[in-house]
Amino acid sequence: MSTLTTTPDTSNEGTGTGPGPGGRASDPAAGRTVPRREIPWSLVAALVALAWFVVALVAPAALSPHDPLALDLGAALQPPGWLHWAGTDEAGRDLYGRIVWGTRDSLAIGAGATTVSIGIAVVLGALAALAPTPVAAAVDALLEILFAFPTLLLALLLVALLGPSAATAMIAVGVGTAPGYARMIRAQILGAKRSGYVEAAVALGHKRRRVLVRHIVPNAVRPLVAVVALSIGQSIVWASSLSFLGLGIAPPSSEWGALLDAGRTYVTQAWWLTVIPGLVIVALALTTTTLGKHLQRALERGER
Amino acid sequence: MTLTSSAETHTHTDADAPPASGGRPRVDPGGAGRATDAGRPSRAGRLARGAARRVGGAVVVLAGAATVAFVAQAVLPGDRATVIFNTRAGQAIERTPEELAAINAEYGLQHPLVVQYVDYMKGLLVGDLGSSYQQHRPVTQIIGEQLAPTLVLTLSAIVLAWLLMVAWVTLTAGRGPRLRAVGEAVDTASAAVPHYWLGVILLMAFALRLGIAPVISGSTPAGLLLPALTLAIPLAGFMGQATRTEFERSLDQPFVTTARLRGMGDLGVRLRHVLRHSALPAVTLSGWALGATISGAVVVESVFTRPGIGRVLVNAVNSQDLPIVTGVVVLIAALYVVANLIVDVVHTALDPRVTTA
Repeated sequence: MSTLTTTPDTSNEGTGTGPGPGGRASDPAAGRTVPRREIPWSLVAALVALAWFVVALVAPAALSPHDPLALDLGAALQPPGWLHWAGTDEAGRDLYGRIVWGTRDSLAIGAGATTVSIGIAVVLGALAALAPTPVAAAVDALLEILFAFPTLLLALLLVALLGPSAATAMIAVGVGTAPGYARMIRAQILGAKRSGYVEAAVALGHKRRRVLVRHIVPNAVRPLVAVVALSIGQSIVWASSLSFLGLGIAPPSSEWGALLDAGRTYVTQAWWLTVIPGLVIVALALTTTTLGKHLQRALERGER
Repeated sequence: MTLTSSAETHTHTDADAPPASGGRPRVDPGGAGRATDAGRPSRAGRLARGAARRVGGAVVVLAGAATVAFVAQAVLPGDRATVIFNTRAGQAIERTPEELAAINAEYGLQHPLVVQYVDYMKGLLVGDLGSSYQQHRPVTQIIGEQLAPTLVLTLSAIVLAWLLMVAWVTLTAGRGPRLRAVGEAVDTASAAVPHYWLGVILLMAFALRLGIAPVISGSTPAGLLLPALTLAIPLAGFMGQATRTEFERSLDQPFVTTARLRGMGDLGVRLRHVLRHSALPAVTLSGWALGATISGAVVVESVFTRPGIGRVLVNAVNSQDLPIVTGVVVLIAALYVVANLIVDVVHTALDPRVTTA
């Protein structure tokens, strides 16, 4: 069943990325019909996984017939089997169903955190690269300071301030990951600013605004597409770390980190309650990393 | 994460590179090189100047981190004295002015914020991180009791990560496309594994099934293995990603051919020549790695029920005991800054081009 649903979706995703930022026929997925370059298996795997996540997000019922919250105490703690693919938890809830339905919570937090993170990063990165010297120096210093806090610690500091909740997890992870991305955007804009084409545009006498809008912004923004893909996966991992510490999203939510934390209590009796949600998180992180990398490579090829 | 780390490497070379002097500077504003007869600063002088600038930068970052910590305590929602009292008593009720006055006096909250800030920074200079809301003890004391196990764990994890990474990259890099694909896949996968999950898996496999390691690791040497491995595997993956590219590039260098012509064996070439050249990106990463590993330790200590500042931190976040939270965070930020300073110095020592370029 899963192959049936994934095949059309894969092609959708594949061509979906084609005409986007790269805009060249060199997009690896587009070479499917005309095999110009061999498609790496990691990309295929990532696209298949992405298709599963998209279906789980849009139509979870299509992937799992089980109600994720239906209790069945007679079927508690059953190992993975024919009826319950991923086994059941202590209250007899179907784990596969909970994972499928939990995709929404997990991805919502990942997307929310990414929005917060990239929002902060773009503002700070652009200020550090483009603002007049005193402002830029101040923002530089601020970035340097924020970068001294490891992501998880910055996030924990915010959780301590705001109290644990889903919204806090989103903000905390967003703020925690922002400094790294801000530094990256700053480097990106500076790179564009010092490039030959900008120098040429300035030498041709174009106005500052035109140079900024026509040359610097597009070249600095393009790599962001890959960053966003990476960031969503990373944010979900960080958010699930918070849940795992009991400081993120609390049960009965089926957010994957919360599932893992709940399964930890039964680690001696029911391995599947921790192993399987963890596998899903790893799969998602790998998917976004792989897609992000391929996007980045495709974009770099497009630039040439 | 991959991008973040590579970005770090980029900005490092970008931000830390001294202004291009072209090797023959006419002006010498610092005056460090006046003593040399040729009129160009000596290498030692330039190194000293670079080091001084880096130390200055580190001090700014530390002061900034402390300021962030102070602001975090000051912006805690609600009246601070009430919050402290309720945190301590585990209740949420209004307090009488007399009760609050005692708290205000204890934490100096009756002073204006500026005075509190100056007091806080002065305290930090002499190693005073304030005192806990709940435990009524100095934060330094609470952290001091728990710091050693965390440092032991972190350092063993970093050493273990280097061993794993060097072994894996030496074995798989530059040995044909198939092995490269496997090597890269393992790097990526291990870098993507979250600490908490890897920890639980290792715990289940080695402690519960095979019974080779204790389930609750405590602070025994035997109990150190699984937690250290949990932290080391993802770190090895990250460093492997950074090293592999350089490693393969170095394998094509003329000096490798020369070494081979001298009759040196493959393993010898890889370990003696190639590794030395390709380890630089990973060295640059180790400052970042220390921070990442310590924050990973927060999770790992919770998985393996190990004592350490991670446990202290999680408990403090739970009870909103902010002085402990900010104390731990500032301490780790300080460790990060110092580690990066050392990395910069080591980097310069390993690769003279960094200063002469």
